[in-house]
Amino acid sequence: MSLATAGATAAGTDVHPAQEALSRARRGPRRRRALVVGVLVLLLVGLVLVRALLGDYRISFPDAVRILGGTDIPGASFVLMESTLPRAVMAVLAGAAFGAAGGAFQVMLRNPLASPDILGVTVGASAAAVAALVLGGLRGTPVTLAALAGAVAVAALLLGQAGGHGAATGRMVLVGVALAAGLLAVIQWLLVRASIYQAQDALVWLSGSLNSVTWAEILRMLVVDAVLLPVLLVLSGRLPVLGLGDDLAAALGVHVLRLRVGVTVTVVGLVAAATAVVGPVAFVGFLSGPIARRLVPGRPAVGVAALVGAVVVVAADYAAATAVPGTALPVGVVTGALGAPVILWMLRSRSSTQESR
Amino acid sequence: MTATAPAARADVPAAGRPPARLVADTVSLGYDDRVVVDGVSLEVPTGRTTVVVGPNGCGKSTLLRGLGRLLRPRGGTVLLDGDEIGALPTREVARRLGLLPQQPVVPEGVGVLELVERGRYPHQGIFRSWTRADEEAVLAALERTDLVDLAGVPVDSLSGGQRQRVWLAMVLAQATPVLLLDEPTSFLDLAHQLDVLDLVRGLCDDAGTTVVMVLHDLAMAARYADHLVAMRGGRVVAEGPPGEVVTPEVVEQVFGVSAHVLTDPDTGTPVVIPRRRST
Repeated sequence: MSLATAGATAAGTDVHPAQEALSRARRGPRRRRALVVGVLVLLLVGLVLVRALLGDYRISFPDAVRILGGTDIPGASFVLMESTLPRAVMAVLAGAAFGAAGGAFQVMLRNPLASPDILGVTVGASAAAVAALVLGGLRGTPVTLAALAGAVAVAALLLGQAGGHGAATGRMVLVGVALAAGLLAVIQWLLVRASIYQAQDALVWLSGSLNSVTWAEILRMLVVDAVLLPVLLVLSGRLPVLGLGDDLAAALGVHVLRLRVGVTVTVVGLVAAATAVVGPVAFVGFLSGPIARRLVPGRPAVGVAALVGAVVVVAADYAAATAVPGTALPVGVVTGALGAPVILWMLRSRSSTQESR
Repeated sequence: MTATAPAARADVPAAGRPPARLVADTVSLGYDDRVVVDGVSLEVPTGRTTVVVGPNGCGKSTLLRGLGRLLRPRGGTVLLDGDEIGALPTREVARRLGLLPQQPVVPEGVGVLELVERGRYPHQGIFRSWTRADEEAVLAALERTDLVDLAGVPVDSLSGGQRQRVWLAMVLAQATPVLLLDEPTSFLDLAHQLDVLDLVRGLCDDAGTTVVMVLHDLAMAARYADHLVAMRGGRVVAEGPPGEVVTPEVVEQVFGVSAHVLTDPDTGTPVVIPRRRST
């Protein structure tokens, strides 16, 4: 990302025609990136306002400002502060975590399918949480902790494959997919033997939901994002080099294993924290990376993926709340429904770029 | 038929030669329980082009990986400027020694300039600010490989020959005094092979870069090498100037092919004409 400033500093004194060509080659991608980030930020702010103010109970913008300033408006204050605003804020925080984590994992493993939700990290969290709900009869914080433990356990198994020579990335992907399949079977088994009420709770949790988000949970997620997202962004500065293959990355001075462990640990922290609060919101990690890389070609685009993830979750939550009048769908139902068309779109656009060669 | 080394390529007398920067001392390399390189010792001549040849599976690429510290030796040591290469910091090695693997991954959508800029990675600090030296190295690499006009083009839209030039530009931007290339001409047609090899040869002649290159084409190897290393079965069979190494006996021993060896009237380097597979 620091490369962006390169042309300006070096072109200073003597303007060489070749140097001019380089500056020209840099200008396009840099402008595009700035434009993409700008549009996504505006879109996100707009969506948050829509989500917070235009629910079933409409709140005017001036009223919202007054409520945030401390004025109590009966009805509106409760709706905004206890329902719509926490939902919108949590959607942003969790979406950014899922998006950045997914994008970073896909680039690190050089595989557009290899997001944490496909590789069992999220499923691990789900299986542990459902086990806690069904077998332990637990509620609240213990379920959160179980989800965290589940994600960490899967990540540890994945990291066991990260070393060694040759096809480390391929092994990580295969082991992840196998773990995800096995853990899904565990979840099914748990649901079958659960009572109908437990199964109901578990299903709501499994589909990913922003209902009943508390400010304490938001604060916790905010801390996780504030610590881990910058770490992931710094690490992702090395991903372009890792993207050239393990051998070339090592030849360029990247400590490949250390970088993979660092990215995996950070990604798991983000995914586990977000999943523990809102559940495994389907496909957000998987979708955000390809969309981000399409918007900013040739870069790991982890920051853009975070923005895309946040936009997707806020928009999906609004759609879930308003699409079917009278019923509030869990947000995961909408993001899940978005997943299939995006896979098809990726397949289509990929084959069309190959044909044009 | 006696092949004589041309005057231009004749070895400098031993006393006047700069000390070898890259040395393999009875190095054994392998994967899992398979030994691929078996006790190879090699002093890479500084400032010259060394080409390693041999049949498929003889361990030439593995030797290159060992020299480039991508593979830890299970026996013996590789020394870079007198230090054991495995003990040096990763980034420090990357500032002194560049390595281009056979088929690097082209990331989707990446532009020529962006890819070449990645060659500067080992020279950048923690905050990775782009310096004047970075810019100059990238510009020089692009000019040398004739890619300035393609700087903004996505790499995955280029032809095979152009792509190979992009990869070369990337390792040139790394600006290392030692450069290891694994089959830089595979999958290229004859004209593009000559392009790439002339470019590499030029680096060695103009910039004094020490080059070690794996080639499978013996004719090209004999033409471009100062120092030829012939391997078979994980061991070095013959080593020296191409004129001394490329003899019918060595060709037979290394490749299992009976051949005539003639002298190229233009360059004075040996030319191999295969006759048949010897049994």
